[in-house]
Amino acid sequence: MQVKVAINGEKLEADVEPRLLLVHLIREVFRLTGTHIGCDTTHCGACTVLLDGRPVKSCTVFAVQANGREIMTVEGLEQNGKLHPLQEGFVAEHGLQCGYCTPGMLMTSYAFLKKHPKPTEEEIRWGISGNLCRCTGYVNIVKAIQHAAATLQQGGA
Amino acid sequence: MALRTSAEVGGMGHSIKRKEDPRFIRGKGTYVDDVVLPGMLYLDIVRSPYAHALIKKIDASKATAIPGVLAVITGQDLAKYNLHWMPTLMSDTQMVLPVEKVMYQAQEVAAVLATSRYAAADGAAAVEVEYEALPVVVDPKKSLEPDAPVLRTDKKDKKDNHIWHWEWGDRAATDKAFGEAEVTVKQDIYIPRIHVASIETCGCVAHFDKVNDKLTVWMTTQAPHAIRTVFALVAGHVGLAEHKIRIISPDIGGGFGGKVPVYPGYVIAVAASVLTGKPVKWIEDRMENLQADSFARDYHIAAELAARKDGTLTALRIKTLADHGYADAAANPSKFPAGLFHVCTGSYDLKAAHVEVDGAYTNKPPGGIAYRCSFRVTEAVHTIERMVDLMAHQLGVDPADFRMKNFVKPEQFPYKSALGWEYDSGNYGAALHKAMDTIGYAELRREQAEKRKRGELMGIGISSFTEIVGAGPSKHFDILGLKMFDSCEIRIHPTGKAIARFGTKSQGQGHETTYAQILAEELGIPAADIQVEEGDTDTAPYGLGTYASRSTPVAGAAAAVAARKIQDKARKIAAHLLEAAPEDLVWEPGKFSVKGAPDRAKTIQEIAFAAYTNHPQGMEAGLEAVSYYDPPNLTYPFGSYICVVDLDKGTGEVKVRRFVAIDDCGNIINPMIVEGQIHGGLTMGLAPALYEEISYDELGNVQGGSFIDYLLPTAVETPKWETGKTVTPSPHHPLGAKGVGESATVGAPAAIANAVVDAMWHLGVRHVDIPITPPKVWRLLRDHGVTE
Repeated sequence: MQVKVAINGEKLEADVEPRLLLVHLIREVFRLTGTHIGCDTTHCGACTVLLDGRPVKSCTVFAVQANGREIMTVEGLEQNGKLHPLQEGFVAEHGLQCGYCTPGMLMTSYAFLKKHPKPTEEEIRWGISGNLCRCTGYVNIVKAIQHAAATLQQGGA
Repeated sequence: MALRTSAEVGGMGHSIKRKEDPRFIRGKGTYVDDVVLPGMLYLDIVRSPYAHALIKKIDASKATAIPGVLAVITGQDLAKYNLHWMPTLMSDTQMVLPVEKVMYQAQEVAAVLATSRYAAADGAAAVEVEYEALPVVVDPKKSLEPDAPVLRTDKKDKKDNHIWHWEWGDRAATDKAFGEAEVTVKQDIYIPRIHVASIETCGCVAHFDKVNDKLTVWMTTQAPHAIRTVFALVAGHVGLAEHKIRIISPDIGGGFGGKVPVYPGYVIAVAASVLTGKPVKWIEDRMENLQADSFARDYHIAAELAARKDGTLTALRIKTLADHGYADAAANPSKFPAGLFHVCTGSYDLKAAHVEVDGAYTNKPPGGIAYRCSFRVTEAVHTIERMVDLMAHQLGVDPADFRMKNFVKPEQFPYKSALGWEYDSGNYGAALHKAMDTIGYAELRREQAEKRKRGELMGIGISSFTEIVGAGPSKHFDILGLKMFDSCEIRIHPTGKAIARFGTKSQGQGHETTYAQILAEELGIPAADIQVEEGDTDTAPYGLGTYASRSTPVAGAAAAVAARKIQDKARKIAAHLLEAAPEDLVWEPGKFSVKGAPDRAKTIQEIAFAAYTNHPQGMEAGLEAVSYYDPPNLTYPFGSYICVVDLDKGTGEVKVRRFVAIDDCGNIINPMIVEGQIHGGLTMGLAPALYEEISYDELGNVQGGSFIDYLLPTAVETPKWETGKTVTPSPHHPLGAKGVGESATVGAPAAIANAVVDAMWHLGVRHVDIPITPPKVWRLLRDHGVTE
């Protein structure tokens, strides 16, 4: 089946099996390997991307379901050589270690901050509760998101 | 420790931002599954639904009829090359693919090679296997009973399921101390089977280049050099020589011990690539990862602690049954089948101790590895910290006071433990005091007493752990004969920038940053100017890899020693440039100056340039050094943790209200990274304390084999960790550092368990095994008349 999508603003198309998973379309057909696979069962969130602005776990979405829609991946966060405040926050607050869950965590946080520009810590923790991290203990991820929220409030990026 | 370098140089003590991060936050890391080679084939694995069964027939015809499926590989195929069995790190054997029978549920039965990931999965689903079920042995105690079916029928003359008996310490002295004891406590403690569950699963891309006879394997491994040697030793007879094997461990998405062993999937992928001459990718999915990769722990412990009436501890006696699954595939130093379990006297000055461990086979996956811990140290710490708490409560003494009384005192270091370890340094009382002050211990005890009157259940738990890391001195520590040194090779370029390579392999710990900071400290070259590389056996010096918190204690020390060799040569070059005697020069990080004439100086960058352009006659050009560091002793990080829990009487839920962690890992290289390691370690202490367990039903069906029922803590369950430190440098490490990656995982579970028992002690509850799930607590409350 033919699938047409816009990934990070770039129009792309491919002829795929109907059962191809969106994460494999992104990673293996279009070779954007920032989106990772951690569990195949929608639990870990490493594969989170935005589909028309909404975070989805791309391991349990078919590629054909994304037909005609806009996808944003971790590779789309940096704009014109400028990091997104979330990316800056994760570095500044040591919100990542092995880096494997990071792209999914960033995309979930991106959508979360759009909905909750002034989140409480509790809201952040619930907001990222669909994404597992085994390295950081979440404390610094929460700080990284707070860091980004503050930057965005001040009109950064 | 005072800072010796500027923020620009970024030596020890600076929280510089990580050099790894720019690629990771952009999604530009390279993990194994990101490696794609032209013509690459995919491997998928058929797994057993039975825990113990004869294989009557494997019919691959439907699988091979699927377009894209090239071959189905069975044990019979590997047997032609004598590759159907492989040795474990503990000198046992395990199957790569079975010929006769399967020994656990989810064991590899056959492998499908195909042109795409999807075709390989289709093929695996289409392979038809006929089994004849055999009696299953799940319980290691029953496994050792005389009428238990013998599992390892492959071993000639093996008449039972007992693997080994190991004991340590002075049995007679310990028995005597127990005979004379005024008070004893005894407790059975089960530390269940769990899984590291790094978010990246295991996998590899094996590429055998038939033209050059060279095998390159991109692999999720924590120990690439050891893997290369193992491959050469195991597959030498089919033509794989060590100089023709290259192991590349690229970015690794968490390891925690789970990426130390060689799993059958790796071996099958390598065999398939060698046979086809094409690159072969094998990536396991999460269920395969949880169900078949090496587990951790699974120790059935019976512990006894003896004391005098005045609260002085005297002796410890432990008997343990270790469930290893169907093969002892532990990743321990060869001489220590129970790892470093005999550090179990912990932080306490016990005069006598004796520990026994017996290994048993069962129909479960082989193992066990560590779970973010130095060889069985969590098992040791959990036992002694639970027992000390039990004794304190038994005697009616506050557990904090009781610990203070029995700690090894600062003036006793270096301290020889009853089980023979020489603790390098410590100040246990200082760490516990700081934890008590931070959390407001006295006030919490008052609050607890008031709440108890109102019938509310609040508990306070302490864990004052001592770790043992940095394996290890070559006299006692080896893996398959390979001594457990580690290495650093430094090359300073003419313009004063540098590259340094190591025998370890980061899996998220931030080695690229930490090692650069060590070199910045020692050489004065800015950390930003130092490129750190690991994980490629064709370029890095030989080392034993990263696990058991050994990178800073061993490879970090190698970095310091290699840098000092460079400093020695730099001194001679500087003397030549300054026309002074080498001994008249004074070093400060980054430059040599003439004693008494600080203006006459040469920077390390000037010296580096001279090393290639104006070196003294008779001296070799260049500025390079390598060190293979053999640590004189292990290091003993420690800490005190205090946890406050509230129990929900209705549901049995344990709510961790506060958790204060005071860690002492000696001198700190990057405080930001160290704190991050402690946060992560604490969360991997919380996880098995409250949530994680892989158990089996009586037929050997795995419970906890997916993220549906194997519960990793999310941000919601994880408390807001409160951390702090004391600093007691290691006297033998060149930088005074000790290692920190695992301390919190080792220390945290006991603090939580002690808090839960403390909350219910007055009801008559004496112990609860981890994971402390709501049903367990609810049943205890019901049994003690609290909840209906």
